[in-house]
Amino acid sequence: MADEGARQGRPARPRVGLFVTCLANLFRPSVAFAAVKLLENAGCAVEVPEAQVCCGQPALNNGDFADTRAIARQVIAAFAGFDYVVAPSGSCIGTIRNDYPELFADDPEWGPRAQALAARAYELTSFLTDVLGLDAVVARFDATVTYHDSCSGLRDLGVNQQPRRLLASVSGLRLSEMRDGETCCGFGGTFCIKYPEISAKMVSDKVGNIEASGADVLLGGDLGCLLNMAGRLKRLGKPTRVYHVAEVLAGMASAPGIGERD
Amino acid sequence: MQLRSGSFKQRASAALNDATLQKALGKLTREGFVVKRAKVVAELPEFERLRDEAKRIKDDVLQHLDHYLARYEEAVTRAGGRVHWARDAAEACEIVVELCRTAGAKVVARGKSMVGEEIGVSAALEAAGMHVQETDLGEYIIQLAHEPPSHIIVPAVHKTKAQVAELFAAAHRKLGFDGARTEVADLVNEARQVLREQFFRADVGITGANFLIAETGSHIIVTNEGNGDLSSTLPKVHIVTAGIERVVPTLDDASTLLRLLARSATGQATETYTTVTTGPRRPADLDGPAEYHVVLVDNGRSRMLGGAFREMLRCIRCGACMNHCPVYNSIGGHAYGWVYPGPMGAVLTPLFIGLDKAKDLPNACTLNGHCADVCPVRIPLPDLLRKLRNLQFERGIAPPALRWGLKAWAFVATRPRLYHALTGPAVRVLAVLGGRRGRLARLPLAGGWTRARDLPAPQGRTFMSAWKDRAHARIPS
Repeated sequence: MADEGARQGRPARPRVGLFVTCLANLFRPSVAFAAVKLLENAGCAVEVPEAQVCCGQPALNNGDFADTRAIARQVIAAFAGFDYVVAPSGSCIGTIRNDYPELFADDPEWGPRAQALAARAYELTSFLTDVLGLDAVVARFDATVTYHDSCSGLRDLGVNQQPRRLLASVSGLRLSEMRDGETCCGFGGTFCIKYPEISAKMVSDKVGNIEASGADVLLGGDLGCLLNMAGRLKRLGKPTRVYHVAEVLAGMASAPGIGERD
Repeated sequence: MQLRSGSFKQRASAALNDATLQKALGKLTREGFVVKRAKVVAELPEFERLRDEAKRIKDDVLQHLDHYLARYEEAVTRAGGRVHWARDAAEACEIVVELCRTAGAKVVARGKSMVGEEIGVSAALEAAGMHVQETDLGEYIIQLAHEPPSHIIVPAVHKTKAQVAELFAAAHRKLGFDGARTEVADLVNEARQVLREQFFRADVGITGANFLIAETGSHIIVTNEGNGDLSSTLPKVHIVTAGIERVVPTLDDASTLLRLLARSATGQATETYTTVTTGPRRPADLDGPAEYHVVLVDNGRSRMLGGAFREMLRCIRCGACMNHCPVYNSIGGHAYGWVYPGPMGAVLTPLFIGLDKAKDLPNACTLNGHCADVCPVRIPLPDLLRKLRNLQFERGIAPPALRWGLKAWAFVATRPRLYHALTGPAVRVLAVLGGRRGRLARLPLAGGWTRARDLPAPQGRTFMSAWKDRAHARIPS
């Protein structure tokens, strides 16, 4: 989705607050470093507020709205001064953009602040393309890749063509779409722990489609889904490597993939 | 209908381990209806606009439901029919049984109707000594199998061709069939011969209604088999059972909704039969029943109307949500344990029968949003599921381990310094445990994760601590 309004009002060197996301922070810092590199290369001044932890989704999706609000207030305050808040995740940004305003709909103090943040919050590939107008990166990745559209990014934010447009500019990369690419991988946050059998069936179906695509590498824009699919691929002993799309776009995918070391 | 939603996990597990069921699942829904729907939607440029219009029509109806229902009753009466009001399932069954008794019914032909399943009308009639003949092919199959429907459009979608052949062979032998048929066309033909006899024997026909028209007092049913029309025209008494939210103001409104219904349900531009019926047979009519009754069922709907779940009453029962649901396609409809399966059932069941009696239903969903994406009347199903989870949480229905786990996590998550101090070492330990493989096959307390997949190990340290070390980091104080 081209975001003309956002593009027009953009400062020359936008100050971007990076929302690291808890999964990138804990499991795969290289994703956040890749995001920083992409944003800085695109002319942004990137800062990482220390008072950030999580967007609150585990509480929100389990019906604990009171704790979600407490966490959301923390996020809103931490990112108040930035031109934009950007995260390498459609899921966390979906929460900030769509759910925060709803959570504070009746709150005269936090409601407007939540809305102000929501209007400036972007998923990484969407920010690079829709807001900054980027249509190419300088990177090389010699592999056939397939792309998993994570549900929140796809349906809450309309992220679908943005990563593909940028990937098309990566030299050596060939994209092979999988069947049912828009079907959930079975992660679903705490769903995969609360309903492990159903989740296992869903991720098994997904892994079958990944394999059938003939790709050597699976890419996606959300670490939750990627950890889930990588975990299943590794359990089955599949050779498919898994990276976050930011790592490939930033030319940082020479490191071991998710669930690999050497 | 018997409620089994309390045992969702066991039923889901059984479904996942049932090889025959797994073979049947997804064929008709994911591979059939989903693909066909995408095709017919692409052929209709105004589809999104129609969805907006449908939502507007239904919202208007719900806002003024009392008014439209009163107009509808007047119109039905004017056309020579009679409207009966049922507060709940028991009352609805009483009314239907009484009408059938008065008609001296021995055999009752039933066209497929979800509200009929909801109120348990077949069981009530059987208990009153009448024979109920299901006339929809899918309903007939599951009647023979003594099972509830597993899908609202295709109730026997969980059955394989071989299973149907077996059921028919057993049931039709006494009617003179040799039980040798195994191909779909032959099986359909056999069922048609058996059912045709029953239509002529039926004293009362009971159908549902896709729409009730306030301006004319008509009801509309859409079917692909024509069984609904035979059920409503051949017997001398016709009873329509319908939820109070089925009413729409005009035939024009119904036609807008009809354009969405078939496309969303089965991927057809229109179903084979769309029938508008108004009142009993008039002197000039060639056919039709002598008596025409409508039983309007509330059964919890008016309660929903005034609360946070009103949007669910927009539902036109197309089944698109379940066709596109990866959970439904993994476990089938019976796991949900009541009348309505899939995402719409996960919202409706707790609202109809109680939040504590269907604890799992709102939770067994990844909130992937595919259902809301295809819902013709734009019901925000994932949001409604999350609201139900919120009610469970606030009323103490959520499991204590989850509640306390969340509270403890939120306590730490709202104290960034503490959070970063605790997660740093934890991540390092996990990274070490991951060893040279970079992943863990087992981890205490993480059995839910590691049962089917490895846990990719963290890279080594948290981003926050690594970032601090970066020379050009400018962290606001």
